[in-house]
Amino acid sequence: MTATLEPRAIGRGLARRDGGAKVRGVAIYADETPVPDPLFCRIVQATVARGRVSDVDTAGATALDGVVGVMTSTEAERLASTDDAELAVLQGTEVGFRGQIVAAVLAETDEVAREAADLVRVTYAEEQADARLSADRGDLYTPESVNPTYPPDTHEGDVAAAMAEAPVTVEQTYTTPMHHNNPMEPHATTALWEDGHLTLWDSTQGVHPVRQTVTQIFGLEPEQVRVVCPYVGGGFGSKGNPHANVIMAAMAARAVPGRPVRLALTRQQMFSLAGYRTPTIQRMQLAAERDGTLRGIAIDVVEQTSRIKEFAEQTGVPTRNMYAAPNRRTTHRLAALDVPVPSWMRAPGECPGMFGPEVAMDELAAELGLDPVELRIRNEPEVDPETGKPFSSRNLVACLREGAARFGWAGRDHRPGMRLEDGWWVGTGVAASVYPTMRMPKSTATVTYDGGRYVARIGAADLGTGTWTVLPQIAADALDVPVEDVDVLIGDTDHPEASVAGGSSGTTTWGSALVEAVREFRDKYGEDPHDGDAASGSVNPNAAEEDYVMSAFGAQFAEVRVHADTGEVRVPRLYGVFAAGRIVNPRLARSQFLGGMTMGLGMALHEQSLLDPRTGHVVNHDLAEYHVPANADVDDLQAHWVDEDDPYVNAMGSKGIGEIGIVGTAAAVANAAWHATGVRVRDLPVTLDRVLPAR
Amino acid sequence: MRPFAYATPPDAREAVLAVAERPDAAFLAGGTNLVDHLRLGVATPGLLVDVTALTSAEIEDLPDGGLRLGAAVRNSDLAADPRVRGRYPVLAEALLAGASGQLRNMATTGGNPLQRTRCVYFQDVTTPCNKREPGSGCAAIGGATRNHAILGTSGRCIATHPSDMAVALAALDAQVHVLGPDGERTVPFTDLHTLPGDTPERDTVLGHGELITAIDVPAAPIAARSRYRKVRDRASYAFALVSVAACLDVAGGRIRDARLAFGGVAHKPWRAHRAEEALRGAPATDESYRAAAGVELADARPQEGFDGGNAFKIPLLTGTLVSTLRALAGEETRA
Ligand SMILES: Cc1cc2nc3c(=O)[nH]c(=O)nc-3n(C[C@H](O)[C@H](O)[C@H](O)COP(=O)(O)OP(=O)(O)OC[C@H]3O[C@@H](n4cnc5c(N)ncnc54)[C@H](O)[C@@H]3O)c2cc1C
Ligand code: SF4
Repeated sequence: MTATLEPRAIGRGLARRDGGAKVRGVAIYADETPVPDPLFCRIVQATVARGRVSDVDTAGATALDGVVGVMTSTEAERLASTDDAELAVLQGTEVGFRGQIVAAVLAETDEVAREAADLVRVTYAEEQADARLSADRGDLYTPESVNPTYPPDTHEGDVAAAMAEAPVTVEQTYTTPMHHNNPMEPHATTALWEDGHLTLWDSTQGVHPVRQTVTQIFGLEPEQVRVVCPYVGGGFGSKGNPHANVIMAAMAARAVPGRPVRLALTRQQMFSLAGYRTPTIQRMQLAAERDGTLRGIAIDVVEQTSRIKEFAEQTGVPTRNMYAAPNRRTTHRLAALDVPVPSWMRAPGECPGMFGPEVAMDELAAELGLDPVELRIRNEPEVDPETGKPFSSRNLVACLREGAARFGWAGRDHRPGMRLEDGWWVGTGVAASVYPTMRMPKSTATVTYDGGRYVARIGAADLGTGTWTVLPQIAADALDVPVEDVDVLIGDTDHPEASVAGGSSGTTTWGSALVEAVREFRDKYGEDPHDGDAASGSVNPNAAEEDYVMSAFGAQFAEVRVHADTGEVRVPRLYGVFAAGRIVNPRLARSQFLGGMTMGLGMALHEQSLLDPRTGHVVNHDLAEYHVPANADVDDLQAHWVDEDDPYVNAMGSKGIGEIGIVGTAAAVANAAWHATGVRVRDLPVTLDRVLPAR
Repeated sequence: MRPFAYATPPDAREAVLAVAERPDAAFLAGGTNLVDHLRLGVATPGLLVDVTALTSAEIEDLPDGGLRLGAAVRNSDLAADPRVRGRYPVLAEALLAGASGQLRNMATTGGNPLQRTRCVYFQDVTTPCNKREPGSGCAAIGGATRNHAILGTSGRCIATHPSDMAVALAALDAQVHVLGPDGERTVPFTDLHTLPGDTPERDTVLGHGELITAIDVPAAPIAARSRYRKVRDRASYAFALVSVAACLDVAGGRIRDARLAFGGVAHKPWRAHRAEEALRGAPATDESYRAAAGVELADARPQEGFDGGNAFKIPLLTGTLVSTLRALAGEETRA
């Protein structure tokens, strides 16, 4: 247990420090980095999903004025490490998925590079590809672990026996489709190789993780690589790990020493090269007593990975900790397909993995004729059901009660299909949210006293989340000085090493490093430092993690209207209530919660990457066809939180908030759609054709 | 994207000649569709002839009480015109249901009906498409077909026409003024677009170099009570899954006359003559509307697809028509 900081700057809704620069358009993003005389790199992508490149005809491309070179697997430099097949760019002729980089063009202008890329003729020895996910494939396998390091399967008691004996059971299969992260800013890098040094201005969720990967792949020393990224136009996990485009940009730069190279993916290219959320098939089993007490809970997950690189989404993991039940089972099986490489997308595991269970709970409530809020309260565990450890704090019930009160849940008629208003079926639904409180093992900060100000440095990232603003609040309270007297510089490997902005761990990890650095600083220099005094500190492992399970919880309430003639689905109200420790900056936290919920609304109603199983590519690969919510889809959207005092999580008393908002939203909406119409949609998204039989 | 030449000839006649003499030339209006196609490699013209300044940007009254819409009138201006809103609500609503404010500020009366299909395979040059590359095959058949046609398809193409405005113009019996290398002609709007048949590369009856100069909307008292109802996968900024343009004349609970056109179901805006016929004289009830939809959709042929296909469009269009006509008849009762 760490002493929690006295909140003075913490808890204030300070405006974004970088807001003005962004609004004025002067915040510099990776692709705009001012560099002299850049070259432009455009990639050529495989048009088959499996096979070999038999020939690359570059004659047409090289004949163009302004083309500096065409890179293929024949000419490209050999990388020091090719262990990661996703990043082994141009290292061989094998094609592992449609959209893989098979060549790249370097030219004096972007237009010429693009034209030349179109002129590169690639021929393939195509092989039969396999891109069809189903739960009855014969070749499903059990991964060694699921993201990041959880066991793939857990068993306790006997779910089958519980299912056989319990008076009430639910057994259903739920699916979530492939999703793409689609941040506004595409993946982009400006790269310069000069005098044996590589500089990457990259749009990333972590400059140090990029450096680590790049040094490994190119066989460089850390001192030879600098990665810079002050601002990111969103990532949602897709910029958590460097993808092939970053390696390509670095390779291109190394081919033209002294000349900067720019490489930005197009929106379409992002659908095969920047990761995505795997589609999931979730078979749920719930066994319950008549009063709703769960006797058994199980989730058996089938999902996909790519043949060339494994990523195993931890979809079944939230079921391990959510509700009390003596008999429990979670399993994960993967199909390795000829498809692009899946990766992190906002709340990997929790986001898809709270769809099946939370709809199943609603089905159980309906079976029992019980209020779905009450059903959840009755199954609230006293300790973590998986480990038997207590929770450091768990306020799901408080969120459910607060949400129910705000939403006007009391008196709800739990029967479906009962309310028709002005030609719209109206219903309400609820679902729970959860997200673990994570702390990364490594991050260091320095604090320097300089001209009356405290300047802290740490290579952290701000992907629009508010790091530029929140870290000074933490440092100021640790220093016990006004926040106006503190600067925190981030986004550069010249600053001390910081962990990736992922797993909603940034504030916990970097904030803890800052607090340690401040402690060192005060120990050394006291309250009255001199110019140039400096100290550094690193995040420590949290001893309390031995004794406590740490998670944020929430409850989401949705009102859904379904047009009686057309099936159109609208969500006039969506309220979320969260218990996520102390809120460091309410203004920024609200925008994280609302952003997560909006993305959850998109998951509920719109988002779906259509991977053509005949070709292995996503056919709706632009924002005209891959639908996210438009303004008109978002109506009365509210995020609230309950006060939560958790002395165990970290010195700020805070839990991660970047991801929990997307967890449970889709289930709340699907449950409300059922309540409106009586049609149970178990496959996302809830599109009008799926509820149309309501009439 | 390939380099291309850009020309601004002094008048429409010169523009027509400039395009007619070069097979790889194209007219450029607002550019909201064509410029996307340049970027995607779907269109590779060698010469773009900008016609935005060469055709009228005016909306003129016609002697019969109709309106003449200059080809360069922007979609936003057309939608906002009080005469359009008063005489043809269906047209104003159709325009406002399309695209976004920014796009409508650029899009033109001439360019809008000539926008090309949003079929995802058409827009992706790495997949076969008979419309883009005649004879290469149709990747949509057996692929993602949710947005595809159920009426008038062929074994070579199952694309839909994406324009909302065009559906309203089809219901309103508009006439299209065309200037070609051989002079002027007028084409009924319902004959402008073609069905795919064996030549899906053609969207319309216009020949290369033929320029739309204006579109006439004739007087239509029936259109005073008219509606455009668009159903799509999100609340705004998406193309129609189905849409209905409807004008209805009801008296004493009976339908005297109706004009109907459907969007999102065919390679052209689908004028529903058979449904209109079925409605004439029928009681203004849900049953009549449903029966009319049934008559028009008797030949509908849904597509299968890995995305679930588009059979849902039959009940969806039926529901949309019923809902729209019920609302229009309700206006009649209140009036
Ligand atoms: C993201 C997005 C969403 C959209 N959503 C919708 C929607 O929901 N509903 C909808 O209806 N539309 C929608 N649109 C399409 C938009 O309405 C059309 O792109 C626009 O109307 C085309 O008009 P334009 O003047 O820009 O045509 P251009 O792009 O300039 O030209 C289109 C075609 O017409 C030809 N052409 C142009 N003018 C003439 C003329 N006078 N005579 C002969 N040929 C001519 C051109 O050569 C070209 O082939 C959307 C577009 C985008 C990009
Ligand atoms: S439906 Fe028509 S436009 Fe689409 S792929 Fe087939 S031929 Fe091309």
